Parts: sequence; structure tokens; C-alpha cells
Amino acid sequence: MINKKTRAEKCNLCCTRLDNFGVRIGGNPLLYDVNLHIHCGELTGIIGPNGAGKTTLLKAIVGEIPYSGNMNFLDAKGLRTGHPLIGYVPQRLDFGPGSPASVLDFCSACISNVPVWLSHPRRNRQRVLDNLTRVQAEHLMKRRVCELSGGELQRVLLACALDPVPNLLLLDEPVAGVDPRGLEIFYRMVSELRREHDLSIIMVSHDHGMISQYADRLILLDQTVLAAGTPAEVFRNQQFLNLFGSQWNTEIYHGQEAATTIHHPTGEVNS
Amino acid sequence: MIEVWYTLVDSIFPFSWVEFDFMKNALLAVLLVSPIFGLLGTMVINNNMAFFSDAIGHAALTGIAIGVLLGLGDPLWAMLIFAVILAIGITWTRRRTEASADTVIGVFFSTAVALGVVILSRGGGFNRYSSYLIGDLLSVAPQELNLLAIALVLVLLFWGLFFNRLFLVSSNPAVARSRGVNIYLVEMLFSILLALIVTISIQWIGILIINALLILPAASARNLAENMRSYHSLAVIISIISGFAGLFLSYHWGTATGATIVLCIFIFYLGTIAWKTLKSRWVKKCSESGDIRINHRQ
Repeated sequence: MINKKTRAEKCNLCCTRLDNFGVRIGGNPLLYDVNLHIHCGELTGIIGPNGAGKTTLLKAIVGEIPYSGNMNFLDAKGLRTGHPLIGYVPQRLDFGPGSPASVLDFCSACISNVPVWLSHPRRNRQRVLDNLTRVQAEHLMKRRVCELSGGELQRVLLACALDPVPNLLLLDEPVAGVDPRGLEIFYRMVSELRREHDLSIIMVSHDHGMISQYADRLILLDQTVLAAGTPAEVFRNQQFLNLFGSQWNTEIYHGQEAATTIHHPTGEVNS
Repeated sequence: MIEVWYTLVDSIFPFSWVEFDFMKNALLAVLLVSPIFGLLGTMVINNNMAFFSDAIGHAALTGIAIGVLLGLGDPLWAMLIFAVILAIGITWTRRRTEASADTVIGVFFSTAVALGVVILSRGGGFNRYSSYLIGDLLSVAPQELNLLAIALVLVLLFWGLFFNRLFLVSSNPAVARSRGVNIYLVEMLFSILLALIVTISIQWIGILIINALLILPAASARNLAENMRSYHSLAVIISIISGFAGLFLSYHWGTATGATIVLCIFIFYLGTIAWKTLKSRWVKKCSESGDIRINHRQ
């Protein structure tokens, strides 16, 4: 599904550690006392109620908003490494309706400083096309960003976040607007990426069923970490049951059973 | 330098309305100002900064007032410094408080305007400054054209060096950050550039309509553009043609040039809206009858 791409350099990032991590905006604590270890080659899912600070956590890791506490990136020997390459896939872009930015404009602006209003050199155009092809979105290159559906935009953003291949990939899943099939494609792509490139992936998810199938570890977040562990452990956790009730639990288990017993759809996913 | 331009105009435009030197100056000013405003406007709209640029324009009054208090003959420097301070203040506050940008700007700028009016109206002498409200493009002097040329070079430089970064910040600050863009620096530089250009142009364009000149070309281009290149070229072309037409018409009608230019751009705006509506209807009709495939997906 995703073309193999040789990595420019070997990632020596092994573990991302947050210690006593917190974010305050205008005096209000949005996150406090967050302690996390995120390992290489692992997909860590973040779930939690609305307003739990899931997006805030990602934005603070990227460096858009200031944080307190420590964030360290460690190599295999447990020594600190430099700042890793971070890829970020946001929920949405701030282009209003009717905004004249094309997918090519956005993707080129991500990888080059040649002004996109002036020209797209052939080299950049080809690179964008290759990137989009990796996520089966090559047909979207000339379209305007504001016309894309939720799932299409998500794939375009993923394509941009993967060039260059990051050490740490942060994904913020949209709350709504992605059709179930698009969601399935996306999760499968992300899951393959992790195996292929040994990335650390942190994914904010709103679909408990999906994330439980693909994540190695889950974190239940509500301003601080309420529970962490394998999906099964987190779903059994009393904190999770208090927040989401037990009917979620049974649904997810049914979903998991269905996924393992029913033949998994692997057909062509051209849209 | 300016003589070369005069001879050039005489040979290219053998019309009676450009036979006077002040019209030749005004023509050159229009050719310099139009692309500046066409370009800046595209990102003012993309960044939702229409209210910001309006605030900076109005704050020129306060700059003039400060210049008068300090006893400066030409208030331009006081205006420039004040506009830059205000721009930095607004951008800084916008990033650091939870209040909406409009509220922050509203608070800053209403207060600044009030302060300016209070100072300038001491002893009932406000009328002396009312020329700043409307502006007079025909009064532009050859040495002032240099200032406009520098402004154009500054904008082109910024657009060449920082455009992609500014574009990323306007699309999503966190994505921009993840790609190593210094969000605050880029936003700050753009705000300062915008404040400088608006303030320099105030005396010729006028406080009341400067924002229209900034917003309208880009707003018209937005109705037609499919990507950043067509967005920019359309905005600049519309801006230049309207500048030309506005100057010509204002000469014949004896009206204020800046305002006449704005009316010309508005005609373009109506035209682009009509075109967009007709096009979407046509596409709809065709797709219903199955003539063309609008869906380009493979």
C-alpha cells in the first residue's frame, strides 16, 4: 500500500519521555502532571472525553504552545538525543470556505521555500506527486484544499507529515467528517508505517473500536493520565468505565471479535 | 530618474490627462501602490487580518497626534513608529490571551483612535487634519515616489523569502511549527510590514478607504482563483487595472482618486461574483444532463 522509501538517516530516537508535563493557558491548567513513555515502533493511542486536553498535548509536544515540566528524547542507551524530526497531522486546516489554496500549494510550502505563488519547480511537483501517491491521493493534487472531504484531507496531511520521514509522528484524528471506509484506510496506513519505519506514533482517537484494533498501548487522558496500558487493560479500568460506561466496553469487544473472525477487507482501496 | 519616466509616459500615453507632471507622478504612484496592495491583501484575507489592517490605518490619526505633540513638521516618522508599536502590541497580545483577536484589536484600536482625536481636536483644530481621512494621490511628489518604490521592494522581498512560511502559519500554526517555522517571528514580521505599508500610504489613499484597497482586489480574485498563483496574479492585475481606471476617472470627474479606485475594484468584485455564480450553475446543469464529468477522480 505504501511505497517503500529509504530513510535518509537512521533514527536514534528510542523513547520519548514526558515527566511532570503540564500546560497552562491564561492561568487555567489544561494539562498537569502528565508522565508518559512513548517507545519507538509503537502506536500509542490517546483517548479521553471532549476537552480532556488531547489536542493540547500534541500541540505542546510540537512546540506550538509552551509547557512546563520535562520532555526528553532518549536513544537506545537511555541518553538524551537532539530534537527529533516531528511530523504532525492536525484535525483540520484553517483555510476558510472558498480559500484558493490548492493541495499542491500546501504540500510544496511544506517541503520548499520557493514561493508557491510564483512557481512550482518540476522537482517539487514530482516530490509532491510521489508523496501523495503513497497515501493514494495523487488525484487530489490540483484540487483546492477547502473542497476535500475529511478523509481526503487527512490523507493529504499525512502525506506532508511523512516527508521527510519523521522520528515521531503525531496524529490528531478529526472528531467527525471521515467516512468509516476512509477511517479504515487511514488506520491501516498508519499501522503499516509503524512497522516499516520503526516510528513512534501518538494518535488522538475518537473511535474506540478502531484504535483498540491498531494501537499497541492506550492512554486515557483527562487533563492528566487516568489510565495507561494495552487496550484491553484500559477498557477494563474503572476510570474508563466511569467516563464512558460499560456499553462501550461490550461494543468494542464485539468489534474486536468481529475483526478477528470475519475476513478482513484487503481489496483495492482506490477511491 | 523621474525625467526618464516623464518621457516614457509622453511616448506611451499621448493623452491629455497625463500631460501634467502631477498626473505622471500620480500614475507612477498608482503603478507602485497597486501591486503592493494586491499582494498584501491576499495574505491579509488568508490570515483573517482585515480588521487588523483597518485598525492600523485608523491608528495613523494617533501617530499624527503624537507627531504634533512632539512638534514634528512631518508626522510620518511618528506615525510609522506608533503603527509598528501598535502592530507588535496586537500580535503579542493575540498570541498570549484567550480573548478573540477581534476583541483584542477592538480594544487597542478604539482607544488609540480616541486618544488621537482627543489630542488633535484640542482648541477645535481637527479640520486641519481631515485631509488624512480622504488622502490625495495627486499631491504625491517625485521624492515621495522613492518611498513607495522602497515599499514595493520590501513587499516583494518578504513575499519571496517568507511567503511559504507565512502561508503555513496561516494554514495551521502547529504544522508550521513541526516544520521548523518560527511562528511568532513570521507573524510579527508580517504585521510590522503591513503596518509600515499602510502608514506610508495613508497620506495619499486616506484613512477611510485604505482597507478597501487592501481587501477588495484579493476578495475579487478569491472568487475565481483555483490556486495561489492565480490568486496572486488576479489580485495584482485587478488592482493595477482599477488603479489606472480610477486615476483616469477621478481626473475627469474631479473626485478623490483613492475612493474612485475603490469603486472600480468593486465593479470587478461584482463581475467575479457574477462569473462564479454563472459558472457553478453551468457546471450543475451540465452534470445533470451528463455532458461532462466534473468529478476528476480516477
